[in-house]
Amino acid sequence: MSVIHLKDVRFSWVAESLVLDIPELVIHPGEKVFIHGPSGSGKTTLLGLLGGVLTPSSGTVEVLDDDISRLSPIQRDHFRARHVGFIFQMFNLIPYLSVVENVTLPLGFASERAQAVQRSGVSPEAEAMRLLALLGLSDPELLKRPVTELSIGQQQRVAAARALIGSPDIIIADEPTSALDFDSREAFIRLLFSECEATGSTLVFVSHDHSLEALFDRCLPLHRVNRASQHSASSTGEVA
Amino acid sequence: MSILQLALKSLNNRKTTALLTILSIAVSVALLLGVERLRVEARNSFTSTVSGTDLVVGARSSSLSLLLYSVFHMGNATNNITWETYQDLTSDSAVAWSIPIALGDSHRGYRVVGTSQEMFPYFRYGNDQPLVFRSGVPFDDLFDAVLGSEVAASLGYQLDQDIVLSHGLESTSLQKHDDKPFRVAGILKPTGTPMDRTILISLEGIEALHIDWINGAAPNAMLAVSADKVRSMSLQPTTITAFYVGLKSRIAAFRFQRKVNEYPQEAMTAILPGVALGELWQLVGSAEKALLAISVMVVIAGLIGMLTTILTSLDERRREMAILRSVGARPGHIFALMMIESMIYGVAGVILGVLFLYGLLFAIQPILQIKLGLQIAIALPGTFELLFMVAIIGCATLLGTVPAWQAYRNSLADGLTIRL
Repeated sequence: MSVIHLKDVRFSWVAESLVLDIPELVIHPGEKVFIHGPSGSGKTTLLGLLGGVLTPSSGTVEVLDDDISRLSPIQRDHFRARHVGFIFQMFNLIPYLSVVENVTLPLGFASERAQAVQRSGVSPEAEAMRLLALLGLSDPELLKRPVTELSIGQQQRVAAARALIGSPDIIIADEPTSALDFDSREAFIRLLFSECEATGSTLVFVSHDHSLEALFDRCLPLHRVNRASQHSASSTGEVA
Repeated sequence: MSILQLALKSLNNRKTTALLTILSIAVSVALLLGVERLRVEARNSFTSTVSGTDLVVGARSSSLSLLLYSVFHMGNATNNITWETYQDLTSDSAVAWSIPIALGDSHRGYRVVGTSQEMFPYFRYGNDQPLVFRSGVPFDDLFDAVLGSEVAASLGYQLDQDIVLSHGLESTSLQKHDDKPFRVAGILKPTGTPMDRTILISLEGIEALHIDWINGAAPNAMLAVSADKVRSMSLQPTTITAFYVGLKSRIAAFRFQRKVNEYPQEAMTAILPGVALGELWQLVGSAEKALLAISVMVVIAGLIGMLTTILTSLDERRREMAILRSVGARPGHIFALMMIESMIYGVAGVILGVLFLYGLLFAIQPILQIKLGLQIAIALPGTFELLFMVAIIGCATLLGTVPAWQAYRNSLADGLTIRL
């Protein structure tokens, strides 16, 4: 019973130089997992694999019991649109769309998520407003402003609402708090947690910042999971 | 949100460059369609310099030369036609009407055309339009003259003014018919044809001017005939330069043409003016093709400008594309987004260009009508013009595949990682 199950996954951009070598990585439904990944640990590559943008050189990437590495690129795109919500470090929003339009954007690309909103009996805009309100963005004046005029914290909460809309199974957050100060970070993460719990989504949170670790159910240091990264870590250790 | 909405909002976000790009396409489209419209109108106007006339008859020469001197009053006739031959030919039962013309005199660079009263009811140009008077009436008296619009306008002549005609065609002719001045009886409205640069007088007037001339030389004082005295003399013309013929039925045109060409007593040529004008347009009309080619180039330049704008925007939009990918857009969506953007440029450019053109046409039509007598019909775009518009939109869309393919490949390479 797993949401994400990586087995014997190897990935290299160029032959002979492994970036990822993960014997096994399991994430359970509803878990809130912190993946600690300093730069160079293969973090971006791992997210690429989970998002179905990259395929491993060998091994299986099972997401929701589907081996997505066996899907065609278009099927993987569909899969991502349907099941995964992303939040990135910063500049997450489309500058020419309104706050609400940014939040409802995924619904146009994933009919399943649009239907999930429809089943709950509200319009996409109302659902976006609900999520924004839950994340502390309810001021109508604020919602009318161009997204580029929002503070970074506010932008990240809009991005979170967008990742959450239509209740995708997995939320992948890549350093979403790195541009926030410490207090805002914790508040942001708690808001994210409560929403994931409400929709039953699994949260994969990737960061190099240890201080956030304690808030999560489980912490997976990427350099321990990824043997390719261990090699480089041990070699630098020897030099030191 | 549909891809189309997304494309529109994205363009709206880059309003200035988008509008400028659309404007440059619109100007090029207006130019192309305008040149095309002008080309058609110029050809129509040219080839209907004479209309309703079935045949033009003159002394034997090439049809082009006959057309040039009889219709455009350029160059000289090789020979004249005798009055008897004219009478004989036009008494044919197929002939409905005829207009004789006699050339040879001028006034300050403008040709004097001796003709008969038939000129006014029967001569037609353009879309079956008769000569219309801006002021005055057709010539009636022996020394009456009717001025073309340009003659009156550029020389500043008014009704009842006296003018002195010159012998020969040089604008600075030394031999003036100053003993027999003419009175301006009427001024024509602009026609957009050589009529505007013509002074019409009666054949008898031509005869009266030259009655005392011997072998093309001006009379000496002894032999000169005064203007008053000439009125009592017989002024039956002996020769004319050419004549226009209207037939009762066009079917008779070829028979009559053969009859003229094979006329035993005199060597003559009869031409179908429409055909000859068409041939002449083939010669002088190559400029219109060059003009059209230039406007096509301008449109191509406009479209390349669009391509440049889109391609330059691609780099700064990589982030936008990556965000779209992360929320579920497939590379195909990115491709479609870029294609739609080019298509919007094309469609908006064409629509705006057509609006420009019609605005311009409505603005200049009355001016062209009054100043040049040029009739520009403001009609809906013809098939050819519609084809142009579709072709421009098609080309814009086709060019759009270049940035679309670029964006598609970028989005595959970038994946979800957003480059700073």
